[in-house]
Amino acid sequence: MELLVNLIINGLATGMLIFLLAAGLTLIFGLMDVLNFAHGGLFVWGAYAGIFTYMFTESFIVGIIGAIVTGALLGLITEKFIITPVYGNHVQQILITLGLMLVLQELIKVFFGPNGVAVKTPSYLAGSWEIGDVIIIKYRLFIIVIGFVIFGIFQYMLKRTKIGLIVRAGVQDKEMAQALGIHIKRVFLYVFMVGAALAALSGMLMAPYSGVIYAEMGMEYAILGFIVVVIGGMGSFSGSLLAAILVGLAGSFMAYYVPVLSLAVNMILMAIVLIFRPQGLFAMRKERTS
Amino acid sequence: MTTLLTLNEVHTHIGQYHILQGVNFEAKEGQVTVLLGRNGAGKTTTLKTIMGLTPATKGEIAFRSHSIKKNPTYKVAKLGIGYVPENQGIFADLTVEENMKVAMRKEDSETLERQQYVLDLFPDLKKFWKKAGGHLSGGQKQMLSMARAFINDSQLILIDEPSKGLAPIVVEKVMEAIVEMKKKTSIVLVEQNFMMASRIGDTYTLIDDGRTVHAGDMQDLIHDEELKRKYLGIG
Repeated sequence: MELLVNLIINGLATGMLIFLLAAGLTLIFGLMDVLNFAHGGLFVWGAYAGIFTYMFTESFIVGIIGAIVTGALLGLITEKFIITPVYGNHVQQILITLGLMLVLQELIKVFFGPNGVAVKTPSYLAGSWEIGDVIIIKYRLFIIVIGFVIFGIFQYMLKRTKIGLIVRAGVQDKEMAQALGIHIKRVFLYVFMVGAALAALSGMLMAPYSGVIYAEMGMEYAILGFIVVVIGGMGSFSGSLLAAILVGLAGSFMAYYVPVLSLAVNMILMAIVLIFRPQGLFAMRKERTS
Repeated sequence: MTTLLTLNEVHTHIGQYHILQGVNFEAKEGQVTVLLGRNGAGKTTTLKTIMGLTPATKGEIAFRSHSIKKNPTYKVAKLGIGYVPENQGIFADLTVEENMKVAMRKEDSETLERQQYVLDLFPDLKKFWKKAGGHLSGGQKQMLSMARAFINDSQLILIDEPSKGLAPIVVEKVMEAIVEMKKKTSIVLVEQNFMMASRIGDTYTLIDDGRTVHAGDMQDLIHDEELKRKYLGIG
């Protein structure tokens, strides 16, 4: 029983970290239809900027704020100068954002050095609770809570606020949204910045979880993010959450029971979903009506 | 009567195609101006050009004597021009209520009064208030699209083929609604259904091959069999 609970908590925590990364991708790739392969670069910059701020100020909260601000600023620059000219052209998006990913990765080495950086969990989140034979690691529980809080906030914003309505409308039909007086370019800029900030936040939260950060970690995790968005369905936050939890749990259980399949399990999951439900589990309807 | 909108020798290119090659017309306050012409004549492109969706490459477009030719679409809309596209442009995943809300630029008492007015005009919208736009019938989508354009005190509404694909009984309802809306706003209407156009329109502009070829009072056109036969294939 305790093994099962531990595997579930591990899986949920990993799933939530992937969800935070995928949440940004859901906005940028799922909603705005921008293939941003630099998302991993924003993730790794969030991790480094956040952890160095944390080490400098000795406050984990300030570190999180530092990561979010860095992500949003990088998102602003990326959208304005890199993405705007290639809206609507997937091939150009792939080429330019892959290039940006490499630049962001190499800049990490320039500014922070080529070696990995060891990260300590803040004292109040370190350690674990023991409930009977079940050991619950505090930081994992913290990540699970943060994941659900972020999910709740974004679900509320998208479904219950005017700005959420504008984003959903703009994504479904840009022309019509503009014809209703909505400055869609500005809306997309803000959405991109929020998506980038989420990537940076997930990088920052991943750092104490993995214990070490390094320049190449961005691409590894970004691929997981793309898998989750595809499984969950383009533009669906609920879908991304469910898919991230599935990927996290599958990884956790496979790593214990069938270790040889633990790396392949995400691809297998994606293949199964694409065969039976090519639009993903909860795809948002994007077609124009006539 | 005040002129609201003026198009003077407007040209529009879409990609390599020269679609509008000299469109001229005026829309006056309190009137329904109907753009008529055969399929592919350039009527829809004219409305899109006014909205800035397919920007004019030459000529002048003025709204209340101010040039709007270079304005982005959202600014044109904010000036007070509503748009009901040919495909209705309903946000399929948003409910009727959300479609209305996303269109509202203010949520003051005047806007809510206008909302009540359009809901009285289109009771179906009230009935399906919480239903997703994508699940409405063609007629209901048309009503929602018109209601959305009307919600912001638009001084001019551009309506593109509101009768297209609708059953005759629904066309009648839409027509009655336009007649009612005309009391509160001015309208530029693109319509292939001449019976409908002639009953609603005050003035007309005939477009052929991307050019304005004739304009005048609707009553004159109704009795001009030669013009109708030549440019509309009826009569």
